Amino acid sequence: MMSIKNYVNNLSDEDLKRIYKKMLMIRKCEEHLGEATKNGAFPGAVHLYIGQEAIAVPLCDQLNDSDWISSTHRGHGHFIAKGGDVKKMMAEIYGKSTGICGGKGGSMHVADFKKGIIGANGVVAGGMGLAVGAALASKMDGNGAVSIIFFGDGAANQGVLMEAMNICSLWNLPMIFMCENNQYSEFTHTSEVTSGKIVDRAEPFGIPKYEVDGNNAVDVWQAAYQAVQRGRNDEGPSFIEAHTYRQRGHVEFEYTFLSRTYRDQNEVELWKTNDKDPILRLESYFIEHNKYSGDDIEKIQKEVQDEVDDAVKFAIESPEPDITSAMEHMIER
Amino acid sequence: MSKQRMMPAINLALQEEMKRDNRVILYGEDAGISLLGQTTGLQENFGKDRVRDTPICENIMTGMAVGAAAAGYRPICHLLYGNFIYTGFDSIANQAAKLKYMTAGQVKLPIVYMAVIGGGRSAAAQHSDIPYPALMNLGGVKVVVPSNSRTAKGLLKSAIRDDNPVFYLTAAGGGRPEEVPDDDNYIIPIGKSEVINQGNDVTIISIGSMTLKSLQATKKLNEKGVGVDLIDLLSLVPIDEDTIINSLKKTGRVIIVDEARDICSAASHISAILSDKAFKYLKSPIKRVTVKDVAIPYSPILESHVIPEVADIVNCIEELLELN
Ligand SMILES: Cc1ncc(C[n+]2csc(CCOP(=O)(O)OP(=O)(O)O)c2C)c(N)n1
Ligand SMILES: [Mg+2]
Repeated sequence: MMSIKNYVNNLSDEDLKRIYKKMLMIRKCEEHLGEATKNGAFPGAVHLYIGQEAIAVPLCDQLNDSDWISSTHRGHGHFIAKGGDVKKMMAEIYGKSTGICGGKGGSMHVADFKKGIIGANGVVAGGMGLAVGAALASKMDGNGAVSIIFFGDGAANQGVLMEAMNICSLWNLPMIFMCENNQYSEFTHTSEVTSGKIVDRAEPFGIPKYEVDGNNAVDVWQAAYQAVQRGRNDEGPSFIEAHTYRQRGHVEFEYTFLSRTYRDQNEVELWKTNDKDPILRLESYFIEHNKYSGDDIEKIQKEVQDEVDDAVKFAIESPEPDITSAMEHMIER
Repeated sequence: MSKQRMMPAINLALQEEMKRDNRVILYGEDAGISLLGQTTGLQENFGKDRVRDTPICENIMTGMAVGAAAAGYRPICHLLYGNFIYTGFDSIANQAAKLKYMTAGQVKLPIVYMAVIGGGRSAAAQHSDIPYPALMNLGGVKVVVPSNSRTAKGLLKSAIRDDNPVFYLTAAGGGRPEEVPDDDNYIIPIGKSEVINQGNDVTIISIGSMTLKSLQATKKLNEKGVGVDLIDLLSLVPIDEDTIINSLKKTGRVIIVDEARDICSAASHISAILSDKAFKYLKSPIKRVTVKDVAIPYSPILESHVIPEVADIVNCIEELLELN
């Protein structure tokens, strides 16, 4: 069994429990969204993060509000991991006035600048330049803050990655390139559209690289620790490639419009097993090492579910945006 | 003839043209499986050589089209959504639109750049834009905007056979199923619009997704005794000036319905053409029904507030007629 490491001296059980709970929060929010979208409970499409929680959470657990993250179309997990308000995220996806963007952005644009969340992004690799700019600002402020770009294996093929790595290395910016390789770029396997190993792309730029099991929260935490410390100590950028798997469709409902399948259902099921799923793996660790009992875990699950239910209730009961808001916020007058 | 929706009609045109001319090649992200249905089955029929899945890399995709066209192919570059035209804009604006001119006509660039444009689906600001105003301003590219499945087929075939870069932009909604000719030589010439309803009181010039809404508005206005000359513009570069001016001569009043933001929209350019060339026939000001000058919001309530609806078209014409 691919269990997580037994003990890591700079990561306490308390840390791991906190990380577990956050991961569970993402999972349960996403499970709700996956169900609710079937009944058309909210407008717009959702790209779910289920299966990748062990990437955003252990990294963001080491950050604070002055650090920056910039993410992807699959961005709910990053938003929650960085401390974004679950109620306001849910209300945003429901298109309500109480949403974190007043209902103007929706799923692909959840952002909270006060919390250092530059936001999800509808343009693949669109967040890259934004994260570099935030890294530049942190460097100039000299405040030890770091900037993270979360991007997919598909996004790694956009040329802007090369430009970003070059400038971050050249200017020694406190940047972390966090590539979430979930093996697919929409409906095409990464191997069909990607040459070489993604993590090796950092090498010619002299950027330290880490390759980790992205479904192992401890592994990710360790690599992230190195990268964050490097950034805080003004030692420059780092590159992490985390191997993972997208358990849900690229977008919910995809088989209603695709003309054929693109991956084997057995493969999908494999990644949901105790050996592979990032949340089940943490639970096994807790139980095996007597950190939590089965009852403890059930209790935590319920707590988290209640919080998600509250957020959904808040979203449903919130008012629609006032149409006058459509004309606000375009440019400063 | 058979009734078809937009995507199958586009697919049919691609199948026919790839069969007719083996220099036609197509590439795009997920072109094999096809996210939106335009390219379904092409890879099976024409092979992975001619129908390629690209990585996500719009910059090289748009530039590659220029090089492949200069070297003798007829590439179709599939960019998914209109907003990703921006991602690949450098090679479009600096190369595709200018290379022929800068080199004194040495090259032909038979390229089709295709994308789905517009809003109405709660896809928010980065998946709902109408990018054609920026493209029209380049000068060196043709731009066509079919309004339904029949015009989608006819215009795509013309675009593929054209020796210039052509932007082929279809509405996200795709309209209702229409009769599509099976004839594999059915084409609609680029630069020709269609008068789809005749009337004497007012002219509506509509573009793309706005044609269906304008047709619905026309019905409502007919019930109120207002006769509408409805022109489905179809081509934005070049524009069919004769047809719109002739209609204006007949009605003396014109509104332009355009899903672009108002500032520098296709509508404002058309309005400039009409006031230049047909001012003396105007009985009232030229009106534009366009998108408000903001990004497209996610909430359906906000979105339908900023994108023209049937009622906005009807209201605009009623106000125009009361003016007189
Ligand atoms: C510039 C741009 N091109 C294409 C798309 C369409 N698109 C959305 S997600 C996606 C695949 C992204 O794959 P990856 O980066 O691996 O992220 P994942 O979906 O696997 O999380 C594509 C092609 C887009 N949104 N933006
Ligand atoms: Mg991926």
